[in-house]
Amino acid sequence: MTNPDFSAADYPTAEKCPDQVRGHRGKSLEALTLEAAMSGEIEMADLRITPEALLRQAQIARSVGRAALAENFERAAEMTALPQEKIMQIYELLRPGRAPDAEALQSAAAELHNEWSAPALAAFLEEAAEVYARRGLFRVRY
Amino acid sequence: MNGEHGYQANRWRRFEDWDARPLRHDQFAIEDPANGFSAFHGAADPYPGLKIKAGRVTEMDGVAAADFDMIDAFIATYHIDPAIAPEAMAIPASDLARMLVDMNVPRTALTRLARGLTPARLAEAVAQLSAMEIAFAYSKMRARKTPGNQAHVTNAKDDPLQLAADAAVAVALGFDEIETTMRVARNSWSNALACCVGAAVGRPGVLFQCASEEAEELEIGMSGFTSYAETVSVYGTESAFVDGDDTPWSKAWLAAAYASRGIKMRCTSGAVAELLMGFHEAKSLIYLEARCLCLQRGMGVQGTQNGGIDGAPLAGSIPGGVREIMAENLIAVWLDLECASGNDARHSESDMRVAAKVLPYLIGGSDLICSGFGSILKYDNSFNPSSFNGEELEEFLVLQRDFEADGGLTPLEGASALELRRRAIAAVSHVLTDLGLAEVSERMKRSVSVASGSNETESFSLREVALISARVHEKSITVLDVIRSLHRGGFEQEARNLLFLVKLRVSGDYLQTSALVRGGKVLSAINDPNDYTGPGTGYRLSEARRKELAAIRDVLDRNEVLRAEKASALRESRAIEYSQMGQAEPGTDPAEIVVGISPGFGTMIFRTLAGHPLSAVLRALDAGIARGGGRMRVVRLMHTADTSFLGLSAARLSGSGVGIGIQSKGTAVIHQRARLPHNNLELFSNAPITTLAHYEAMGFNATVYAAGELPEPVVVTSKGEALGARFHARVALTYAIETEMTVHNAPPEEVAISFVEGTS
Repeated sequence: MTNPDFSAADYPTAEKCPDQVRGHRGKSLEALTLEAAMSGEIEMADLRITPEALLRQAQIARSVGRAALAENFERAAEMTALPQEKIMQIYELLRPGRAPDAEALQSAAAELHNEWSAPALAAFLEEAAEVYARRGLFRVRY
Repeated sequence: MNGEHGYQANRWRRFEDWDARPLRHDQFAIEDPANGFSAFHGAADPYPGLKIKAGRVTEMDGVAAADFDMIDAFIATYHIDPAIAPEAMAIPASDLARMLVDMNVPRTALTRLARGLTPARLAEAVAQLSAMEIAFAYSKMRARKTPGNQAHVTNAKDDPLQLAADAAVAVALGFDEIETTMRVARNSWSNALACCVGAAVGRPGVLFQCASEEAEELEIGMSGFTSYAETVSVYGTESAFVDGDDTPWSKAWLAAAYASRGIKMRCTSGAVAELLMGFHEAKSLIYLEARCLCLQRGMGVQGTQNGGIDGAPLAGSIPGGVREIMAENLIAVWLDLECASGNDARHSESDMRVAAKVLPYLIGGSDLICSGFGSILKYDNSFNPSSFNGEELEEFLVLQRDFEADGGLTPLEGASALELRRRAIAAVSHVLTDLGLAEVSERMKRSVSVASGSNETESFSLREVALISARVHEKSITVLDVIRSLHRGGFEQEARNLLFLVKLRVSGDYLQTSALVRGGKVLSAINDPNDYTGPGTGYRLSEARRKELAAIRDVLDRNEVLRAEKASALRESRAIEYSQMGQAEPGTDPAEIVVGISPGFGTMIFRTLAGHPLSAVLRALDAGIARGGGRMRVVRLMHTADTSFLGLSAARLSGSGVGIGIQSKGTAVIHQRARLPHNNLELFSNAPITTLAHYEAMGFNATVYAAGELPEPVVVTSKGEALGARFHARVALTYAIETEMTVHNAPPEEVAISFVEGTS
């Protein structure tokens, strides 16, 4: 990112640095008007958060001692690229008894890493696979 | 009953009175740590401890890393900060407890230490605090300075018109968040659409959620209808977690999923969930909650809905259970999480227990005092009755006024409420019609606008709502479609308000800890941090806000009292004439009973507190005196307005030595010449329940005393009404009018009374 580091002083970003805030298709906050909505210029994609915005919020959270919250925003930043179905599919896989074995989670992790450029999410799944295996969670529930 | 009049009963009948109280519907449970019924001292609670090697936790709270269950494992990895833990864990719990209540230890010093504390140590520290200390510490430790509140908006029919109307009312009342859910799961899309339209009426920025099944809730959020979620539950034992069909990793995945869609999110946990699910591991409520909360911080959620929640009734059945609920909330804010502090599921049938439970949060403030204040009637609450509901809403407003405490709500005027409801109903009706979802009749709209609850409406049935909901989903309607439709229908402001809300997700500012929207701006723990360090710091009411809280409806003032009296003045002028006959002299007639009336009697004030015209009161006294063979003489006393002195002065002027003193509000006394001022013969202090028959008997008894005999005193029977609350504001104002009229050393005036026949 070329942006300078963000901290609590830049918060709320919509007020302090509105020119940095963009919708998913690059529209500025100023461009997201009711008139633009009426003319059809705005789609739902314009109202979606970007990975940049999430990483900015992560920096702000970290600047006030909230590293765990920042890490969640960083995972979320990776997740912005994932379609809804993929998100729900992996969520389902993470629920107890859905994945038949650690490999199912590991291959999902590999996919996240290789196809979705989501290393943090991939590592998260790898870790889950390890704990689930140790705690016997790969058991059929229904 | 056995025996005559049941006198042989083997039980004091007071217990029957107690049996009839709502409290006795509450069931209480014995403390039983082995079976999970312990607030603070579980049979299997571990001793706090932490070992770290090479930056990794090797043992936590007595469990070696190899034996960690998945909750331990998650907490050890994501919650414990190895850079802080050695320092934090070296501090004894008693010192931590003292730091929590020490106003000189800033909040941030404690939230920093919390990142290095294990669940058992956090639990051990808060357990050392009394309820009052917990309340104080909570107030100091909560993340955002300005308190807020959340409303439930639901109804028994899932009627979209009523949802919109009630959402608009909730917005006007000042709620920062609105949560809905459904009677029938498939109605979720309709409920979401209706509430989001209603919440856009009046002002922008009230956050909205629709509690439904996990996948669907996220989908509804992605369609833009909702702006936050809070039903992502976590549990304190592994077995309960698995039975809840999730793991810490699956829930953390959801947390990231919501953030990735720009939707605010908090988790939910509360005492006794594990007990209810049958997997308590013989651990205390507080220890299991400490685990839940460390887990939530580790997951990276900004906040928690915490404090008993659905388990509050069971937690409240255990000794110390309510204190434990407060203590778990304290751990939540200590861990630097936003806390929507429960006070939702009604934990008792006793209004007193409910009010007592909410008080610390009202006076100490909370990010969201209730995580579901029932803004609708109890039977319309699809979650379950809340601590406070539509029925009790005004009680909450008055508590705010009593304590000058900001509970987040603002009194609402009757006329503007109806106007808002009509506007919201018109807006949602237009959207439903315009988007081809349903037809709405005028009759339906009218019935909903004035209805207090769904029993009174003629609107959609549950089945019709299911069809609306299916259409919203099938047509893939998004919030943009709704915004456009609102604008087409002439609801431009509502369209703008809704767009404002959806735009929040672009910057993500409201994803930070404790974020809400006030005055069109995001307010969170970052730009509105709780900076309490003693008196004069932290959240304080502004003068404008104080006045807002004070402005409840139907308050009495002096002009109102005088206005009401003016209305009676004309009627009294037709019923009685008072003629001034010069200075009154002591009488000599032994049959005489002097009635001493107060300065404003019949000149400024014309009715007693019970509403009797003063002419009728004098007639009754006259009749009673006549029945006893006496004669009434009336004098007006201008030197005092006090009942005792009125009575004693009257007695001293009376030929019989017995007099009656009476204030215009109806308080009266029978007095005797030689007695001390406050040692009267009979006092009638309960004017609001004193009848004309009582005044008649008072007159009669005066003649009996005059004859030197002892009558049966007149008893004004009370049913235990809180007469002070009902009348004292008027009493004080009325009495002040009279005392202002007194003149030092003014001589008594003889007054000739003539009753005008045919009226009384």
